[in-house]
Amino acid sequence: MEKPFHPLRALLKGLALYLLIALLLPFAPPLTLSLYNTPLIPGRSRLPYGESPAQAYNLSLFSLDAMFAAHEVSQSKPADEYRVLLIGDSSVWGLLLKPEETLSAQLNLQDSSFCGKSARFYNLGYPTISILKDLLIFDRATRYQPDYIIWLTTLESYPLEKQLSVPLVANNSPLVHDLIQRYDLPFDPHDPALVPVTPWSQTLFGQRRALADQFRLQLYGLLWAATGIDQVYPASYPAPQTDFEAGDDQFHHLPAPLAESDLAYEVLSNGIARSPAPVLLVNEPILVSTGQNSDIRYNFFYPRWAYDAYRVQLSALAKRSGWNYLDVWNLFPASEFTNSGVHLTPAAETLLARQILQQIQPQCSE
Amino acid sequence: MTLPQIALGAFLALLATFLFSGKRRGFLLFTFSLLALFALQPALPIRYFDFWLPTLALGLVMGLWAGITPLETVLSKENLLSAAWAATLLLLLGLTRIIFPNPFLTASLAPRMQYIFLALVILALGIFLSSRVRAPRQMAQAGTLALVLLLIVLKSPQLSLWSAQLLRVLNGQSAETASSFDLRWLGFSYIAFRLIHTLQDHIKGRLPSVSLQEYITYLFFYPALSAGPIDRVERFVKDLRAPFHLAEIDWVFITRRMTLGLFKKFILADSLALIALSPANAAQVTRAPWAWILLYAYALQIYFDFSGYTDLALGVARLAGIQLPENFNQPYLKPNLTQFWNSWHMSLTQWLRAYVFNPLTRALRGTSLPVWSIILLTQLVSMTLIGLWHGVTLNFLIWGLWHGLGLFLHNRWQDAFRVRVTAWAGTPARQALLAVSGAVFTFQYVALGWIWFVLPTPQTALAFLFRLFGAA
Repeated sequence: MEKPFHPLRALLKGLALYLLIALLLPFAPPLTLSLYNTPLIPGRSRLPYGESPAQAYNLSLFSLDAMFAAHEVSQSKPADEYRVLLIGDSSVWGLLLKPEETLSAQLNLQDSSFCGKSARFYNLGYPTISILKDLLIFDRATRYQPDYIIWLTTLESYPLEKQLSVPLVANNSPLVHDLIQRYDLPFDPHDPALVPVTPWSQTLFGQRRALADQFRLQLYGLLWAATGIDQVYPASYPAPQTDFEAGDDQFHHLPAPLAESDLAYEVLSNGIARSPAPVLLVNEPILVSTGQNSDIRYNFFYPRWAYDAYRVQLSALAKRSGWNYLDVWNLFPASEFTNSGVHLTPAAETLLARQILQQIQPQCSE
Repeated sequence: MTLPQIALGAFLALLATFLFSGKRRGFLLFTFSLLALFALQPALPIRYFDFWLPTLALGLVMGLWAGITPLETVLSKENLLSAAWAATLLLLLGLTRIIFPNPFLTASLAPRMQYIFLALVILALGIFLSSRVRAPRQMAQAGTLALVLLLIVLKSPQLSLWSAQLLRVLNGQSAETASSFDLRWLGFSYIAFRLIHTLQDHIKGRLPSVSLQEYITYLFFYPALSAGPIDRVERFVKDLRAPFHLAEIDWVFITRRMTLGLFKKFILADSLALIALSPANAAQVTRAPWAWILLYAYALQIYFDFSGYTDLALGVARLAGIQLPENFNQPYLKPNLTQFWNSWHMSLTQWLRAYVFNPLTRALRGTSLPVWSIILLTQLVSMTLIGLWHGVTLNFLIWGLWHGLGLFLHNRWQDAFRVRVTAWAGTPARQALLAVSGAVFTFQYVALGWIWFVLPTPQTALAFLFRLFGAA
């Protein structure tokens, strides 16, 4: 005989099951299931990032595990590969550039080899400008057996006040706490900018956005594999600003002269000091405007007084620390920038790749 | 519909059953359905049209009902009270503009009260005139024609663009930004088909006597407003009139269908939607295997989306004691196209069979046309109409023809080979092989048809078709 159905009991059982899963979730290992780097979906050539997922077949998420699992760097390293990782901002990631036009792609096109191995360059740039965000990715990237690291930075990466508020950083507070401790960084782990982990945020309900994002990343992987598209390429976009207001000489409201204590050089120094592989530090190219009031500002980002001081400081720091340092700040004319003072055209990326290649100093072990 | 809307709909259905088991349950469902007609209507760029289109739907329904209903019934106390309550609800919706700072129960702010009063006067006049026309048969024919014409205007991109431009100008808005999507009238396709069903049944003398409240509830019944199914009025009214108590609620059915519906719609369909074939990705896909994956994803997405909504509609309706008809019966597992169409959007195909296919077949049988040509013609006409019901475009026409031709070919194949195939399929293994291969072939045929359904022009559809076979 069929048992009678009791809706209230079914509801209670369902709720109990949900609560059990929700409570156990914080103790479960992080979800790293990924369809990428399988015969179905190749690894992405740049880290997942996208503000228009439905058009870009790509999306921004906060899980470094999911981001790296989707990247081609997660593939096992062939014995004959000299693995070079590129760390940096949107100019490295390649905003407005197709995957085959980015700096890492141009470096790969050079078919270079180091220490008897063929060099393979991996794009680990991520489109927010922050040195702490770079370190977060740098630190994770060291798990992938790098032989060499190229770290491209610019002044905008360094202001101390912005470091913890960058979304990828703010939403990875446990990892940032760990970074602060291991790299001895000058940040308060209890800074309100860092999104705290609470028992609630650990539950299934609290994790719903993150889980949905990871799931969507897998699905968009199919379309990325099907189309090769991972960002929206607008038919036209505004050129970077080259004319400026008279007297507009602000840089993050910092007083002149630029003090080293206002910038997060320590993040860079401590990162390079603990790097498992040699590092080439690059001060990336910026747009040098010749427009109105360009005697005050180089571009939208930088007043001359701040940027000039930064170059002197970084160069001195590199010299003091014995770093391999390449300063290519004024390598390109304004016409080689796309939509911002740091985004290069494909042709400029090719030239930059050649410059960088000459500067790589591999340390070959016997 | 969103999850909160579905939850609210289920709650209201349960509330109606909880509070009243008899006639008053019908009154509550009438009220909820009328309010849902306005609440579910999406915002429109033509000012106040997200209020006026539901109002027009209400006016049409009331006018047609008055035209086909005996005058003494129209003027009965019960029906006059229903009409007065409908008018009161409209005024209350208008009052929300004054009470709430933001739109409440309407997508954007309701029009000013004086305009709603004016609309009610016009509505009352229309109903009065309609009830005075003592030619209900002609009224029903004219109503059917008007509904068909209205559907053509709404479903034809060019005609709806012109209408939008005209309405914008009349409304004092710029016609330059008009679009064919300006007149997205929620649920009107279903409302129109339900109305045509009642009008045609009235002509044939099969329409039962229904009160205004029952008629409006049937036409705007909120669980089935946006995605069907298309119920039959006599069946719906039977459920509505029957007493229904809380203890009679079939919780097993409701829990199963609603869980299934939520899973199909919000997990499966919404996930598949991310990778399903679309006008944007059709031209971007680089290799044939991926094109097939996108196409299959679309085939599954449209099924899970539509059948998921049906599950939800059936579940919510059952909470109020209404047993809406099934709309899907595992269509992709059917071994041939005829059975597929007997299991896909069943309420629409049954409607079409009743009001197009069967009458047309009967009419053609009296001619000297050979049988095969009658079958071809009726199948093509029926399926073309289903195609055009989705939109008056060349691609929907081709989609309809594709299926009409498929049904005709299956009919001919069956006629020619049924005996031989039956003889061959003598063992369970052969029967299974036949069923599986038939289902695979049918799914493939239907999936290829979706190309015309989802892509906007024959050029894009053909280009994608070539890409599927590695030719582009």
